[in-house]
Amino acid sequence: MTPYVQGNEKSVPFDCSQENLEDDMSETSTEKYNFTIVRGFAFSALFWLVIGLIVGLWIAFEMFDPALNLTPWLSFGRLRVVHTNGLGLGFGLAAIFATSYYILQRLTRTPLPFPRLAQLHLYFFNTIIALGALSLFAGMNTTKEYAELEWPLDIGVVVLWVMFAINVFGTLIKRQEKQMYISLWYIISMTVAIAILYIVNNLEIPVTLFKSYSVYAGANDANVEWWYAHNVVGFIFTVPILAMFYYFLPKSTGLPIFSHRLSIVSFWALNFAYLWTGAHHLMLTPLPEWIQTVAIAFSIFLIAPSWGSVVNGYYTLQGNWDQMRTNYLVKFFIAGITFYGLQTIQGPLQGLRTLNAFFHYTDWVIGHVHMGTMGWVTMVISASFYYMIPRITSTELYSVKLANTHFWLILVGQFTWTITMWIAGIQQGAMWKATNPDGSLMYNFLDTVTSLYPYYKLRFAAGVIYFIGIMIFAWNLIMTVRQQPSQAEA
Amino acid sequence: MGITSKPVVFAVLAAVVILIGTTVTVFIPLFMPSTQPVSASIKPYTAVEQEGRDIYMREGCNNCHTQTVRPLRTEVLRYGEYSKPEEFAYDRPFLWGSRRTGPDLNRVGEKYPDSWHYKHLDSPQSMFEKSNMPPYGWLAKNRLDTQYSLKKATTLGYGYSESDVHQQITQYRATVTDENYPSKESRNNVTPPELRKELTEMDALIAYLQKLGRDVKNMEAKK
Repeated sequence: MTPYVQGNEKSVPFDCSQENLEDDMSETSTEKYNFTIVRGFAFSALFWLVIGLIVGLWIAFEMFDPALNLTPWLSFGRLRVVHTNGLGLGFGLAAIFATSYYILQRLTRTPLPFPRLAQLHLYFFNTIIALGALSLFAGMNTTKEYAELEWPLDIGVVVLWVMFAINVFGTLIKRQEKQMYISLWYIISMTVAIAILYIVNNLEIPVTLFKSYSVYAGANDANVEWWYAHNVVGFIFTVPILAMFYYFLPKSTGLPIFSHRLSIVSFWALNFAYLWTGAHHLMLTPLPEWIQTVAIAFSIFLIAPSWGSVVNGYYTLQGNWDQMRTNYLVKFFIAGITFYGLQTIQGPLQGLRTLNAFFHYTDWVIGHVHMGTMGWVTMVISASFYYMIPRITSTELYSVKLANTHFWLILVGQFTWTITMWIAGIQQGAMWKATNPDGSLMYNFLDTVTSLYPYYKLRFAAGVIYFIGIMIFAWNLIMTVRQQPSQAEA
Repeated sequence: MGITSKPVVFAVLAAVVILIGTTVTVFIPLFMPSTQPVSASIKPYTAVEQEGRDIYMREGCNNCHTQTVRPLRTEVLRYGEYSKPEEFAYDRPFLWGSRRTGPDLNRVGEKYPDSWHYKHLDSPQSMFEKSNMPPYGWLAKNRLDTQYSLKKATTLGYGYSESDVHQQITQYRATVTDENYPSKESRNNVTPPELRKELTEMDALIAYLQKLGRDVKNMEAKK
């Protein structure tokens, strides 16, 4: 019952669900392609995920009990950036590199042209992330959000990005498959966009080896920074995750993507509109008002291409919704794209000036971010790894039951986490605004903070549930790889 | 779709599409003086204040404290006059922040005496029992490193000569170590005896905090 979906489209260039179906199963596929690198990055991602979450739990505790600020390097101000960079750059990038190297080789039917460079990329990546974490613990912090690394490490990040890009374009140029499937477009646009964003935002003048100053001042620095920060989320937590979604959903369901045309429109509209929207993070600040207003307009527009992908995902399952029950991977993808859909409605709405005046600087925004990262991003990466790891090690997943447990734990953990933060945000926003009949403020600042402690405790508990889910995920994949030798003999 | 079989053309096209919004909303404003106006009333940070600002950055204070007061009634009531673009002309990087776990600090300068800050930084909980701010008493146990102060001021284009920087440092040291310094007792409570005649990291941080929002009052008065 599947093929009719694409029957009404004139030129279907490529149906990824059928691609290489036979050599997926053949023994030669693991020899032809370089999958060692995929495995290396996948387990690096798991490692940084666990580290990043432990730091996250630590700072979540500090929010209601400052006793955990035991030493300077364990104080909240330093740890928060270890958490965000560890998960964004450590976990996020490693997962993207793992899946990109896999998707690239499969969709082009071409092995990586420079496998040694890829291997070096893996070592260099982990070195930079480890040094990055240490330098942030030590307080070497440029303070520009998600770009806190000091200049020598910035250069390191650029070098590792170039190492990646050489293999991306090398594989694409030497490819055996004529057409490039959607996922490859997203990988290309990520490769290009991140390079531009990272270099422009990190232009700084060194004072010492460990200290530099931004070349931009004041409002300009703010504008460049939030153009970067918003789009680095776009091109790390959206674009490559969509690449995974468009590839692994059809692969794991055997269903071709609903509409190729919709994906083309969504792709270009997303790439065009995203870059205009950074200033919605700077609403009602001294940044010129026209930049803020343009950002609001494009943020609303962005709902369209975002939902293009959501609709494409849902309709791909048209007539096959029973797979939600029978295929454990589908749950992850559908829950993931649902959170993406909610995220991309919530984001533009909270960018509106009046709503922003209420929600900005509260925990509402923290809830928003974590629905994207703990919901959408981690769900899709989880399913992608579950699909990929058994195939590259010629084995079966260690336990589908554990994968289901993992799913429910991270779903419950994430949802409790984000809803708690939304309520906390609404409460604090209302308390900041509350006035007495005579016009004076009803609450002093500290009252608005201490009233949040019950929410912070609940958030910590939700984080623990989520963390257990992630530990099961890691355990399941480790056991999958460990059983490999006996399977290979059989 | 011809371009889906030409990866390099595709990449170039993607870059062009990405650069349109970037150029209009980011690159062009960089070259418009109105984006970051300057005012003669707003002075650059002194060498000591700049060192304090660097400590503020090192400790990631911006993760919990914003530095922009929005033009909203209750916000102006809580913090003071809303932020003006001119105030940030010397801020490299900007420190506006994104989350108020603690209150905004853009108008904190001269709101409290230095003694308040010595006590509060040393132990926020001693003043506000339920505060979740980390204690920073250890900053008073670190001698302030001023060996790069001149290089920093030069890099930031503050126009200070070597003797200016030297004078700013010795002058501020004289202020906080003076017998008649009003916050002497609070300072001595947190500063170990061997550093009481020196500048500590906490001294510099407080100098920076006291500068926040100070010059804008002069600017507003002239309007």
